[in-house]
Amino acid sequence: MALHDLLLALPITFATLWTILLIVVEATAKRAQLTFSLTSVGFLILITMMLFPSEQGYAFGEMLRLSPYSQFANFVFALSGLLVITLSQSYLAKENIHFGEYYIIVFIATLGMMLMASAAHMVVLFIGLEIMSIALYVLAGIMRKDLRANEAAMKYFLLGAFSSGFFLYGISLIYGATGEMTLFKIGIYLQENSATSLFWIGLSLMMVGFLFKISAVPFHQWTPDVYEGSPTPSTALMSTASKAAAFTALITVVLNVSSQTENNSNWIFALSTIAVLTMVVGNIAALSQDNLKRMLAFSSIAHAGYMLVGIVAGSDAGYSAVLYYALVYSLMNIGAFGVIALIEQQRELTSASDYAGLFKEKPLLAGVMALFMLSLTGIPPFGGFIGKYKLFAAAVESGLSWLAVVGVLASAVSAYYYLRVVVFMFMREPQAENQFEGVVLNPTLVLIALLVFLLGIFPTGMLRFAGEAMKFAFNM
Amino acid sequence: MNVIFISVFLPLVGFFLSSLFSLTKFIGHHESGKEKLVGVLSTLMIAIPFGIFATLFASFNGEAQIATLYDWFAAGAMSIKVSYQLDSLSLFMAMIVTGVGSLIHLYSIGYMHGDEGFARFFAYLNLFIFAMLNLILADNMVLMFLGWEGVGLCSYLLIGFWYDRKFDGIGIATTTDAANKAFIMNRIGDFAMLAAMFLIFQKISALDYNSILSQKEAFDSTHIFWITLLIFIGCTGKSAQIPLYTWLPDAMAGPTPVSALIHAATMVTSGIYLTARLSPLFIMSPDTMNLIAVVGIATAFIAATIGLTQNDIKKVLAYSTVSQLGYMFLALGIGAFGSAIFHVTTHAFFKACLFLGSGSVIHALHEEQDIRKMGGLAKVMPQTHATFLVASLALAGFPLTAGFFSKDDVLAKTFESGNYLLWGVGLVTAFITAFYTMRLYTLTFLGEARYNTDKHPHESPALMTAPLWILGALSLVGGAIGLPAVIQEQNWIQSFLSSSVASVQAHHLEHSNEWILLGISSIVAILGLAASFSIYSKKTVHVEPEGVTTVLYRKYYIDELYDAAVVKPFQFLASRLLAPIDNRIIDGLVNGIGSSMVGLGGALKRWQTGVAQNYALVITIGLILLVGYIALT
Repeated sequence: MALHDLLLALPITFATLWTILLIVVEATAKRAQLTFSLTSVGFLILITMMLFPSEQGYAFGEMLRLSPYSQFANFVFALSGLLVITLSQSYLAKENIHFGEYYIIVFIATLGMMLMASAAHMVVLFIGLEIMSIALYVLAGIMRKDLRANEAAMKYFLLGAFSSGFFLYGISLIYGATGEMTLFKIGIYLQENSATSLFWIGLSLMMVGFLFKISAVPFHQWTPDVYEGSPTPSTALMSTASKAAAFTALITVVLNVSSQTENNSNWIFALSTIAVLTMVVGNIAALSQDNLKRMLAFSSIAHAGYMLVGIVAGSDAGYSAVLYYALVYSLMNIGAFGVIALIEQQRELTSASDYAGLFKEKPLLAGVMALFMLSLTGIPPFGGFIGKYKLFAAAVESGLSWLAVVGVLASAVSAYYYLRVVVFMFMREPQAENQFEGVVLNPTLVLIALLVFLLGIFPTGMLRFAGEAMKFAFNM
Repeated sequence: MNVIFISVFLPLVGFFLSSLFSLTKFIGHHESGKEKLVGVLSTLMIAIPFGIFATLFASFNGEAQIATLYDWFAAGAMSIKVSYQLDSLSLFMAMIVTGVGSLIHLYSIGYMHGDEGFARFFAYLNLFIFAMLNLILADNMVLMFLGWEGVGLCSYLLIGFWYDRKFDGIGIATTTDAANKAFIMNRIGDFAMLAAMFLIFQKISALDYNSILSQKEAFDSTHIFWITLLIFIGCTGKSAQIPLYTWLPDAMAGPTPVSALIHAATMVTSGIYLTARLSPLFIMSPDTMNLIAVVGIATAFIAATIGLTQNDIKKVLAYSTVSQLGYMFLALGIGAFGSAIFHVTTHAFFKACLFLGSGSVIHALHEEQDIRKMGGLAKVMPQTHATFLVASLALAGFPLTAGFFSKDDVLAKTFESGNYLLWGVGLVTAFITAFYTMRLYTLTFLGEARYNTDKHPHESPALMTAPLWILGALSLVGGAIGLPAVIQEQNWIQSFLSSSVASVQAHHLEHSNEWILLGISSIVAILGLAASFSIYSKKTVHVEPEGVTTVLYRKYYIDELYDAAVVKPFQFLASRLLAPIDNRIIDGLVNGIGSSMVGLGGALKRWQTGVAQNYALVITIGLILLVGYIALT
């Protein structure tokens, strides 16, 4: 523990110190606007930090592992955090919950995610997971006087605690089986010794924790209820960055136990069954949702299924595809929720049919929303297409063509409910005059749309980053 | 940044700007201000590239130069670049396209004045030039095909520019139908073109011209035959040759500057350009070459005879274009690739001038296109008349005009190659050409005025007559670039193009023979003109077609034949046989799957009880299954 460690883990050190600063400022100045600005600055500094190559290695006695891998993940988290808070501001003001704490909690959640992506020790992993989760429970219930939000927060907390219990139990069983808490030492142990059933039970329990967080079937049922009840900007964060964090942590764990899972037909079968169920149930259930937030909740389940395909593939190509998809998915989903928040705060319009005629009144907003919907469907030339392509290509390379076929068919189903929104926006007459009066397009949404578009037509640069992140991920 | 990129992409910039302007309303009702801005801007976007090409031309040393912008895409063995090749052939063509293009842009400012779609028109026109430059300058067939399809698209958009106007034809009721006809006929050719590209790629795994031409020995003779044949079929679509020529006369539904630019001077010659570009391949397949020559001369003859009887000023010019394109293919077929490009050049000058002149006439007579209702315009429209006369003489091959030298070059080369029959038919066609040209000119400009007395035609503004004068002058002296050997030993255009176009070794004609051929050509042209003049200058009103002329007037019933043999059966197949299958079986299946999915979604909804305890139970069941499966097996 020395200055060297603090510098090596600079993003986390900085985020921790900045959190303290935010709390102090909010406690003394009590000005939400100021806290918002400072939080944005914090995110911007983090994003900038991630753009420059930095030293890699273990910090704090092999507790943290800093690498291009964690750097890529942190970039996704910080970017999502920044976009979410810029989209939150007017929503919170309209709902009369414009507290400075909101921004601080988003920042803390991001800190938790960063710990998850950088964890080299299972305790750090757990602490990161809990920091993130507890922050998200608070965000879900931040509208204290709203009954639905209370219900959402309560459900989220109960079931989250339930699954965290399994997760922690899994950690302790793995410790019992291998005698190690540090991930790479577990990996070494597993290379030298065969895995006991105690280890497998422990790993399965940990998996349940992860699968709950990414809302894979059958651990998904909380998702629609929580997403619908929470304030929309919070939902945007829950459905994107928190999933990305769970996936990065999942990859870390799976990579370190790969000597046991590679070519293990049981493991591959179990995981691919879950992936198939998640894709199929998520997409089919989304078909009959009229409430857009519930629809996106089920769609986010389906997207977790696509990303699981990359995990099942079990190759560097698969993992880097998951990383890339996490970035693209975060952007387009935050964008979609951003549009919903924008319209919801002005009028209580929440179903697809309410969006009829949006194009006539707000062409740019409708265009942006259409872009997100098309990208979520996976239609070129948007980022969602490249992401899906990479995931399914990785599955094919790993000899899992059938899984890719299921994925493509499931995406075809998804076209129905995404394009339905587009049809309403562009091809139907508005239900009333000046239906969308007062809705002002947030420039952030245009920026996100632009990024999604650019990731679709110039994906090479980002794909290379994601690929390099995997190359240098864990081979030290 | 290479200047080639600037020249190629300026028209694209112009397209975007004009499109933007077509969406915006100018403050107040300053539509004329908008017209000036859009017109001048888009003309500059073509004129500047012309300036650049002219400068490059002045310092051109004969060496091909390739400029790569970026890697377009790569997949497996295929790597396609956006890169442009500047050699004598492409540079020369690019100068014609941008040069004639800028004049026609300029003309259009006057012609389209007051039209609702003014900015849209210029947007399409600029997009066309962009696509055309890609077609010409591309160094590989894929980028060429992008331009090829691009010019097809622009042609479609511009034929149907006045999409709500009526237009007469077999199976055609509106200009939109005419646009569809052009597009669909071109698709047939494009399919062949694609197939040719597949064959090439299959053999040598590359599609850039350099690789194709340097590895041409890799193809066996069957391959070569099919590749060249398929490319030629592609060219018959774009360049309106038998059997795919019938769309071009109907393409006259577009505004007249479009007919001048796209359907006379540039786009329709792209088939000739491509054949010349791949000339080393074509030479390897004598069978294809013979076919090209025969199809070319047949098209020239048939289209010319149809032109004898048409009464629509633009239709006459359209058939004349088909016929002249036939001459160019004749030249290609006998291996005189340079002569074909020479005729492309002079034809671009005089045919653009004729079309623009006819536009001027149509404009003055308020959209009247029937030459039976014209006449006597020489007095009221002196400038249009003078330039039209010069261009007509060039088309007819009157001695010493540009058209005379290029047509004679083609015919002399045909004679040289020993194909006396082709030469003979070419000579007859030249006579017919002179005949219908004089008929057109006489009926339009001479004799009594036959238009309604409430029309008061007057000369077009200077903006429209200036391009006429320039093109007229070029029709007169443009032949100087390819003077026959008896006048100038070194034929400039042949030697200029020799670095990029193949040539067939043929014995050269004796000077005395060449003089004789020149004399025959002159006599034929003058005879044709004189015969026609003596007939039509006397009559005041044209007689209705009868007997043989009816067959010609009805264009040999080819349109009716295509309609009965292809269009109608297809429509029957589509509406009577395929539609029910599509509606009942396929749609039923698709909708059935769709609604059962939605139903399934509704069923899944019931699992979503909203009770947290149930969710926890499901999680526990999932956990038991997972642990049970992974840990205990």
